[in-house]
Amino acid sequence: MTEASPHPALAEPLAALGRRLFHGPGSHSGGELHGLRRLSGGASQETWAFSFNTPRGPRPLILRRKPNDRQSDLAAGLETEAVLLRLAAEMGARVPPVFYVLAPEDGCGTGFIMDRLEGETIPRKILRDAEFAHAREVLARDCGEALSLIHRIATARLPKTLRAAPGSVRLAELERTYAAINRPNPVFALALRWLAAHHPPDPACLALVHGDFRHGNLMIGPDGLVGVLDWELAHLGDPMEDLGWICVPSWRFGAIEKPVGGFGSRRSLFAAYEAAGGAPVDPFRVRFWEVFGALQWGLMCAGMAEVYRSGTDASVERAMIGRRASEVEIDLLDYIAPLVHEADDAG
Amino acid sequence: MQDEPRAAEILPAIAKFLRETVTTDHSAHTMFQARVAANACDLAAREAQLAPASDAAELDRLVALLGRRGSLAELNAELAARLSDGRMSLETPDLKAHLWATSMAKLAVDQPGYASYRRALKRLKG
Repeated sequence: MTEASPHPALAEPLAALGRRLFHGPGSHSGGELHGLRRLSGGASQETWAFSFNTPRGPRPLILRRKPNDRQSDLAAGLETEAVLLRLAAEMGARVPPVFYVLAPEDGCGTGFIMDRLEGETIPRKILRDAEFAHAREVLARDCGEALSLIHRIATARLPKTLRAAPGSVRLAELERTYAAINRPNPVFALALRWLAAHHPPDPACLALVHGDFRHGNLMIGPDGLVGVLDWELAHLGDPMEDLGWICVPSWRFGAIEKPVGGFGSRRSLFAAYEAAGGAPVDPFRVRFWEVFGALQWGLMCAGMAEVYRSGTDASVERAMIGRRASEVEIDLLDYIAPLVHEADDAG
Repeated sequence: MQDEPRAAEILPAIAKFLRETVTTDHSAHTMFQARVAANACDLAAREAQLAPASDAAELDRLVALLGRRGSLAELNAELAARLSDGRMSLETPDLKAHLWATSMAKLAVDQPGYASYRRALKRLKG
């Protein structure tokens, strides 16, 4: 969704910032703002694309900002996101480099500017187009490596504002979400019961968890993973949560025989994770998080029925997302009440 | 029992979209929404065609499982409650078959092209 330019309320202070950053003493031009456009329209967070002119040519950038102080309770916050991106980059993980963190006097709200990476985030293109044939071969490995590096960031260096949410906390949240949606669903009820019975103990040492490591938040190029985006749901928790989430059937887009995002095997993901220095992967723990993730997505879909009905978003698209909760029912039954006991697609 | 929103709730949004958006805004986003609306029309047609029979079969199974009568919504709430507190589980005779049949009936309307559904159809027939 692209909104029309110009956007004077942002363009003016942002242009002034560009001049300050690039217009050094003695130079006659530099830092001009070009091509400002809004990329996504969250209620509290905005993402904008633009370029600053530099002596070496236009520098493509992304601004993530909050125009005011509204923030969801679960969001890490943009200042925290910027810190996490820098820490992940130090570890060697593929993330967009943070270019500048907004200061109050910039007048652009709170947030940060990062380099704009070249790549694709649309799953159907990544999974089908010939351009990404090689990427599909290496993506499971790239994901395992990226997660391994992210999870090994020293927790002492993480922002103190990051919330701690290991499995016990996340499961209690999921139970509250199910209750709040107030649409009794036998399969979802059974899955919650399964999760409570199979919940592994919280790890002794919590790690940085990205929290939304899946298609849409992974910038992918012809050679594989280019950058891990959208750190909004980052928290301290069980690192296996990230490995489980990328294996949830909802992110396979038809390629169900390839559990990792429709492009790879768990075996490649786990092997790359361990090879990059990650702790040994416990497949049972990952499986818990897969079931957790499937149900989390199912409840998100089911909640759309109320968003639609309340008029908050009465679009056909919103209604149709509500009707995708049933896909998750089938996926959950495949996990906890399978029709056939197969050698598993653990691959 | 089909999930919400039901076809009857979605159709007015399609009509509104056709009257107010399609006629005035021809952006790429509107074209995307138009494809979503077409899919929603297909869903509404499948719901009208399939849901009466699958709802009736589901109600019969629920009455047998729970040993009481009631509406589909009441009995589904009762089943969910019994599963939540452990009074019923996958050990309960016929429960697994009931859950599969019910979810499959939803998918037949919601998304008959969904890969996991196609695979389950083959397994249930095989």
